Amino acid sequence: MYPLRLDSQYDSRFVQDVREASGQDPNLCYQCGNCTAGCPYTFVYDLPVHQIMRLLQAGQKERILSSRSLWLCATCQSCTTRCPNNIDVAQIMDVLRHMARRKGYITEKNVARFQESFLKSMQRHGRVFELGIMLGYILRTGRFWTDMELGPKMAFKGKLSSKPHDIKGKQEVAKIYEKFMGGPK
Amino acid sequence: MPTSYVYYPGCSGLGTSLEYEISTRAVCQALGMELQEIPDWSCCGSSPAHTVDHVFSSALAARNLALAEEMGLGTVLTPCPSCLTNLKVAAWRMQERSFLQEVNKYLEQPCENQVQVKSVMQALIEDVGPSGIRERVQSPLKGLKVAPYYGCIMNRPPGVMDFDDPENPIAMDQILKALGAQVVDFPLKVECCGASYGIPRQEVVLHLSGKLLDLARVQGADALAVPCPLCQMNLDLRQGQINSFLQQDFQLPVFYYTQLMGLAFGLEQKDLGLDKLCVDPWPALNRAKQRQAEEQEKKGRKQKQRRDRQDSAAARSASE
Repeated sequence: MYPLRLDSQYDSRFVQDVREASGQDPNLCYQCGNCTAGCPYTFVYDLPVHQIMRLLQAGQKERILSSRSLWLCATCQSCTTRCPNNIDVAQIMDVLRHMARRKGYITEKNVARFQESFLKSMQRHGRVFELGIMLGYILRTGRFWTDMELGPKMAFKGKLSSKPHDIKGKQEVAKIYEKFMGGPK
Repeated sequence: MPTSYVYYPGCSGLGTSLEYEISTRAVCQALGMELQEIPDWSCCGSSPAHTVDHVFSSALAARNLALAEEMGLGTVLTPCPSCLTNLKVAAWRMQERSFLQEVNKYLEQPCENQVQVKSVMQALIEDVGPSGIRERVQSPLKGLKVAPYYGCIMNRPPGVMDFDDPENPIAMDQILKALGAQVVDFPLKVECCGASYGIPRQEVVLHLSGKLLDLARVQGADALAVPCPLCQMNLDLRQGQINSFLQQDFQLPVFYYTQLMGLAFGLEQKDLGLDKLCVDPWPALNRAKQRQAEEQEKKGRKQKQRRDRQDSAAARSASE
């Protein structure tokens, strides 16, 4: 059981930031649980999404930002579509994930590494190069056995392009990337 | 009457969803839809970008929207739901002037947010229509039972995507029916397949995509039809992994709906890319053909019996 201290742990700044960044009012949530009922990822979440909404109302920054759920949400939009009070819950989850990333709470490291490999590939070529993402991910994680059996299968089907498709404007894309992800490494 | 559209293929069309790209182009051509590819288009950022920052993901999308504006055709089509979401969400956010200005700070060529973004499927339904599709069919897919799986973001969130029903979409059902296929009920039409967690958290995808295959089998489907490269990859390429993970023996081909359109239109094999599918589609297609032939034969036998009965009744009444 995790004790909630509403007197000392309520972070009003955090609640305000989430409100502004998401354009949503977390107080509209009346805990019906529809979001969690429809969420396909509850089975791997440490905090189901309706609990994140409740913790947000209670200003529990630390508890929320350190949750694994933020990194396992696929933005499938079930919660947003089904919220009876029209809260864009997926948008709130996305904004919380932005904050968690900025503050260094990366609780699902491999998910973040996959995302980095993807964006890095985009930065380099302007379009993503799937084989490159895979290799980038393996290098970042050391998990060289990831989907090992699928590589030959795809290569055999001629679906794994072995060359990246560099575009002329790749510098433009790289510039956008560097603004948000940091300079070239 | 040929209609022209700006076309955004998306990165996966160059690799893992090559067959979607080939069949989409072939089908559109067959229906008189001219697709003009955005010159030097770049990645939309997909989900990894929006998990970092919304201005970031919108700028990546807006670079393409700005290039599309220059082409002066008004509507951009994309086959990929992930690209669709990114382009549409960016356009939706940029309706707010200050957000648009912020995004434009990162672009070489400013975006004016003047183009409309649609899925290829939406254009097929709105501009060609089920009857237009039916007219083009040469060999109907009679006997083929298909589970229509749309994936989670084709139609959601409804406020942004603004097409079809967010819980029970029917656009692809209509297309498949126009092709002569039998569409089975599929209550998990919009349930997520596990998205891009296949690499970092494989078991998540195997669990979620396994549920979809299981339901398709329970509903008696010969195959699934999908509009999404990521869903297709999870259900088709990973079907072997799903089988070992769940101790199952699924053998369900997962078609892009455009491949089925091409098949019914009688397009050449090179325009369908059926050989790119991991689960061999031919046993299912042949089974459907055989089922159809048996149905026909049964129908013929029944008709003959009825005729015989009528004849003998006529003979009896004549002799009385």
